[in-house]
Amino acid sequence: MVPLMEWVNIILQGALLGGLYAMFAAGLSLIFGVMRLVNIAHGDLIVLAAYLSLLATDAFGLGPMTSLLVVVPLMAVIGYTLQRGILNQTLGPDLLPPLLVTFGLSIIIQNGLLELFTADSRRLQAGAVEVASLHVADGLSIGVLPLLQFVTAIAVIAVLQLVFYRTALGRAFRATSDDQDVAQLMGLDNRHVFGLAMALSLAVVAIAGIFLAVRTNFDPAIGPARLIFGFEAVIIGGLGSMWGTLAGGIILGVAQAIGAQLDPGWQLLAGHIAFLIILAIKPDGLFPKVQ
Amino acid sequence: MSAPAIRIEHATRSSRAGLVLFAVVFVVLVAAPWWGGRQHLRLLAEIYAFVALASLWNLLAGYAGLVSVGQQAYVGLGAYLLFALAMLVGVPALWTIPIIGIVAALVSIPVAALIFRLRGHYFAIGTWVVAEVFRLLASQVSVLGGGSGISLPVGIVLAIAQGRQMREFVIYWLALALLVAILALVVWLLRSRYGLALTAIRDNELAARSNGIDVGRVKLVVYVLTAAGTAMVGALIFLQKLRISPDTAFSVTDWTAIVIFITVIGGIGRLEGPIIGAIVFFVLRELLADYGTVYLLTLGVVAIAVMLKAPQGIWGLIAGRFGWQLFPLERRVVYLGGEQPAKCA
Repeated sequence: MVPLMEWVNIILQGALLGGLYAMFAAGLSLIFGVMRLVNIAHGDLIVLAAYLSLLATDAFGLGPMTSLLVVVPLMAVIGYTLQRGILNQTLGPDLLPPLLVTFGLSIIIQNGLLELFTADSRRLQAGAVEVASLHVADGLSIGVLPLLQFVTAIAVIAVLQLVFYRTALGRAFRATSDDQDVAQLMGLDNRHVFGLAMALSLAVVAIAGIFLAVRTNFDPAIGPARLIFGFEAVIIGGLGSMWGTLAGGIILGVAQAIGAQLDPGWQLLAGHIAFLIILAIKPDGLFPKVQ
Repeated sequence: MSAPAIRIEHATRSSRAGLVLFAVVFVVLVAAPWWGGRQHLRLLAEIYAFVALASLWNLLAGYAGLVSVGQQAYVGLGAYLLFALAMLVGVPALWTIPIIGIVAALVSIPVAALIFRLRGHYFAIGTWVVAEVFRLLASQVSVLGGGSGISLPVGIVLAIAQGRQMREFVIYWLALALLVAILALVVWLLRSRYGLALTAIRDNELAARSNGIDVGRVKLVVYVLTAAGTAMVGALIFLQKLRISPDTAFSVTDWTAIVIFITVIGGIGRLEGPIIGAIVFFVLRELLADYGTVYLLTLGVVAIAVMLKAPQGIWGLIAGRFGWQLFPLERRVVYLGGEQPAKCA
């Protein structure tokens, strides 16, 4: 029998992990919202960001958090270039081209990383912060790192929300999302707007990638599972709702934590099952955006 | 005015030539045990499996518009059912194949009920989640080796046929027969009223619906048939590998990425596409065999290039230029007796 306090602890840790999933999801949700593109390579781009940060820390002796200063802009540039160079050509009424092209990118990134970095698992060393924790109550303490990660997730979503609803760029995003043709008639350059959306998405991916790299071991093959977690968080939360996405991430994290407690082999399964149950009873997600 | 007597003609000149070509190739391939070595038979059987998987995915995505990236769910399901039925129930290995088709069809119905709630891209990733669930469940089955997998006991393998050579022949012929059966099923389906409905849905789903086509039902039929076929191919693949693990049986790279690339490179929405694509894939793989995963990278690049520059694929380019069609899939109205009535606008 697991004592009550331990359950509180498990759920809390799961919720904090959910912050990371919400960050995986936020970038995915953003580009789907703006250009109806589901980026199958999203998870692999997270892993790419993790490796870039590994390179930055190795080469320049930066700490993981300072490496954000290099990796975030770099990923944003990659995003913009990718969108202008390749992905814009795939957008249209047919859903196969973007799916196939991002699937191709996924395979290319995975195998490229495999060739460059081998299949060995790597990890980013964050120093003392990794083991630091805050004592909350008897038998209940919160790791500083998971907490930092959760707070970052909230900050990222708040910033995205602000950009979306309070800036000219956000207005352009919403306009192209509502009607691409009319947006273009109003003088927006959709290709550029989509490029910026992908840049922003990959900036978020970079942050998520670094937290992933500090938190767990990673290797070139783990990308697809991150894509799936992000996707599940988006659907659980409800399409188009950023705060819903955070809730979706938390639900997924808690489900996984509870599953892991019951049987270590059930961690991932419990998350997927929570997703499928919500899909069965509330296919629009818990907090769908009111149309 | 009475309706004119009409007949629908499916064959064209090129499809008649295609039929002759297929007949000749078929005879040559059936005779492969007499002209090829063990390596050839293994490679050919592998090609058949990929052509079959790609043809099924093509039916699903290219015709029914159900873009799945989770067909590895059924490859793995078929593979695990083979091991379960043969090892735990004692069904002779070859007899498991038809049972696997039926079980996979039954499993796919509730799965469809769930994931058909997702639209477009989200449907695609939903199919992937299902495959992950299958993979994780398979790794929980400890009698079949759990997460690390298990080998098919020698006794089961020996019982397939007398002697090693005969066993290889039997499995080879079975792979060929399954491919021919799947191609025949797809041709039959496309020539039936389902085929007409599928074409209508592909061109305009709303218009198809308003013409009384039960879109959901047509898609469900295609999804279920595809699941059954995919699982049988999966079983046969692992009957040759003789060893199973959750990661190989439910591999998204092997059973979905490569399969999709094959279809797209060859030509999606055309039956000939998967055959051409599979040939391209195997040539690439054999040429780049010494360079690790470079062939996968190359395949990804080629698939992206084809999708961007020639989305109709290699066969689409050929068919567009020469009007060839190797399968009798056209619908041409032939008026029997009497004159052809004036054309409607």
